Amino acid sequence: MTATGTENQNRPDLRALFLGFSSVGLSGFGGVLPFARRMLVEEKRWMSSEEFNTQLGLCQFLPGPNVINLAVVVGKRYQGVAGAIVAPLGLLAGPFAIVLLLALLYDRYGSLPIAQSMLRGIAAVGCGLLFAMAWRMGTALKDKSVFLPFTVLTVAAIAWLRWPLPSVMIAGLLLSGGVAYWKLGRK
Amino acid sequence: MSLAGELFREFALLSFVAFGGATALLPEMHRVVVENHHWLDDTTFTHLYAIAQAAPGPNVLVVTLIGWEVAGLLGALAATLAMCLPMSVLIYLLIDRWESFSGKRWQKAISLGVAPLAVGLVFSGATLIAKSAGLGWAAWLLVGATVVANLRTKLHPLWFIAVGAALGLLGLV
Repeated sequence: MTATGTENQNRPDLRALFLGFSSVGLSGFGGVLPFARRMLVEEKRWMSSEEFNTQLGLCQFLPGPNVINLAVVVGKRYQGVAGAIVAPLGLLAGPFAIVLLLALLYDRYGSLPIAQSMLRGIAAVGCGLLFAMAWRMGTALKDKSVFLPFTVLTVAAIAWLRWPLPSVMIAGLLLSGGVAYWKLGRK
Repeated sequence: MSLAGELFREFALLSFVAFGGATALLPEMHRVVVENHHWLDDTTFTHLYAIAQAAPGPNVLVVTLIGWEVAGLLGALAATLAMCLPMSVLIYLLIDRWESFSGKRWQKAISLGVAPLAVGLVFSGATLIAKSAGLGWAAWLLVGATVVANLRTKLHPLWFIAVGAALGLLGLV
């Protein structure tokens, strides 16, 4: 099923929302946001790319899984409360089932040496993917000389000192956000 | 309180500081689940992260796996819901007002200020996985190769997972 026509405002019903977000949830590995964009903007044309960027703004501003937040926003926009429930459900239902199936397999066969060594290899790769992600996020930072020290402080507090995350985040946000606020005022 | 209830309480609390998504929460989930409550051991925690990497879907599903291992189906549902629900409700209530405060000085300051912290959290998550997986020198080589290849090429992450699984199976890492 492909959207035809050039207007942006195709109004999806609940079923379309569920199915659209299901396809997004099932197509991405290690983050599905790019797939969400492709589905919403290019394939179904439920939003223009400017609309997508604005709405994504709040989704990324607030904590929590960004793409779930995005599903809530898109669902609400087209079908109110019901849409805001159905869209994230569609996003999660398929992957949820797959992950539980894998968990069942793990519970049954996870202790076998062959599974253990396979998972050890995947964990090493997964660890590398995380370092790469941190690197990519780090190089995308603005004003590195000012803000990278806060990254270092966060790593020291969380990975080395093992301080609890909520207090570290609140303190970090006050300091780093405070500096940002001050810098914004000087421009 | 039941295990699932406790999971819900702990993870709902964490969802409020999940800047950078569920990935950024790995160190804190490890603390809650492995260190504080001893619900899982280091090896299982690492394995669950590996399984989540190999499965399709949003990153948040590592939480589902943890919930499952701690308290079965109810635990999986509780943990997933706890991670998604609070912010979903908040965003539902706030989205219509977003236009009016987006671009304000305090809003920009928070966005700018939170970014370096999120980088630190993801980096900490990587060191944590490395530590709890107890990587040997060959595995560290694989980690390094993955970082370089992932940054330099556009290869789909699944290829990396497959290579990792194969090297593991051959007993090389």
